[in-house]
Amino acid sequence: MSAAAHLFILLLTVISLLFIVRMVRRNQLPSRYALLWVSIGVAIAFLAAFPGLLDRVSTWMGIAYAPGTFFLGAITLLFLIVVHFSWELARLDARTRLLAEELAILRADPPHDAPRPTPETQPVDS
Amino acid sequence: MTRALVQEQGTATPVRTVRTLVILPAFNEEEALSAVLKELAVTCPQLDVLVVDDGSTDRTAEVARAEGVPVAVLPFNLGVGGALQTGFRYAVVHGYGRAIQFDADGQHDPSQVPALLAALDEGADLVIGSRFAAPEPGAEYGVGKLRGGAMGVLRVAVRVLSGRSFTDTSSGFRAFSAPLLEFYAAEYPNEYLGDTVEALLLACQAGFRVVEVPVSMRVRAGGTPSTQNVKLIYHYLRALLSLLSRAPIRRRERAIRRGAAQ
Repeated sequence: MSAAAHLFILLLTVISLLFIVRMVRRNQLPSRYALLWVSIGVAIAFLAAFPGLLDRVSTWMGIAYAPGTFFLGAITLLFLIVVHFSWELARLDARTRLLAEELAILRADPPHDAPRPTPETQPVDS
Repeated sequence: MTRALVQEQGTATPVRTVRTLVILPAFNEEEALSAVLKELAVTCPQLDVLVVDDGSTDRTAEVARAEGVPVAVLPFNLGVGGALQTGFRYAVVHGYGRAIQFDADGQHDPSQVPALLAALDEGADLVIGSRFAAPEPGAEYGVGKLRGGAMGVLRVAVRVLSGRSFTDTSSGFRAFSAPLLEFYAAEYPNEYLGDTVEALLLACQAGFRVVEVPVSMRVRAGGTPSTQNVKLIYHYLRALLSLLSRAPIRRRERAIRRGAAQ
């Protein structure tokens, strides 16, 4: 790859990192996600700065086409992140449903001949 | 608390009978709801009723209140499963001993409620009002070809996984015992078909006694069928996957039982 291409990738990575830092400073991104994306950004910047590294890892892994190594790593990582997000989304969905149900029950009229209702509702693991 | 109540009343008065809650999940049912509630009040005056307004955009909640029925209004649409679970949790919180699931669109006949309750009294935990075990041939309920076929596939899946045969796995006319209410209040499948087929299998696997009672159903008095044909394929595949994902647990239980028998 040419020096211009490396410079371009470095620049792109630095801009992405700055963008993430700005989101963290504005409290728009929890630090656990910030840590994830900053580490990824640093790793990409490192690869852009030292292109020989990728070639050496590829040779060691027996992959002839060096960018293939990069894409393999990237796709694996992104796959894991997306699966994690699916899990988290499902958990949030379950909690939101529960809140909606509890709200509806709390606001509902009691039965006409209501005996004293127990204040606690069933605890639910989700 | 129950014991104190019995002592206060003494031996002369019999213990008060079990309170029953009829749960009507309703999503945009303003047209049919009023008539359904009126008929319920006439046919089964001894039963309490709860309408769960599943995020309706029409006047469903007002219609129910006008009939003097308690309403639980969900802030947004959760689907039948979520609305039902709301009803189960309400029943548990307010100390109901059993509950009935009843459609708000008028396709269920209130005069058949006592038959379901009678099955509960005989010791069942889950009573399913089955459309396909109809007593007289004229009372059968017609479903489309695709829907009928997909229902058949699920029926076979349930038969294999539960080791039992049911004629109607997707009926929305059911009765629940107190232990099952507590079980479902804690966890209930919320996706389309989950609320019927998956819930049935959960009850079977947890060791609850499930029975079917033949009922006849009417044509919908109002509202639209909950799902169109295109979506149906997705939902049946999802339900099938969900059922199959529970299969290993089932197999392990069977192995344990076999080990205990030897």
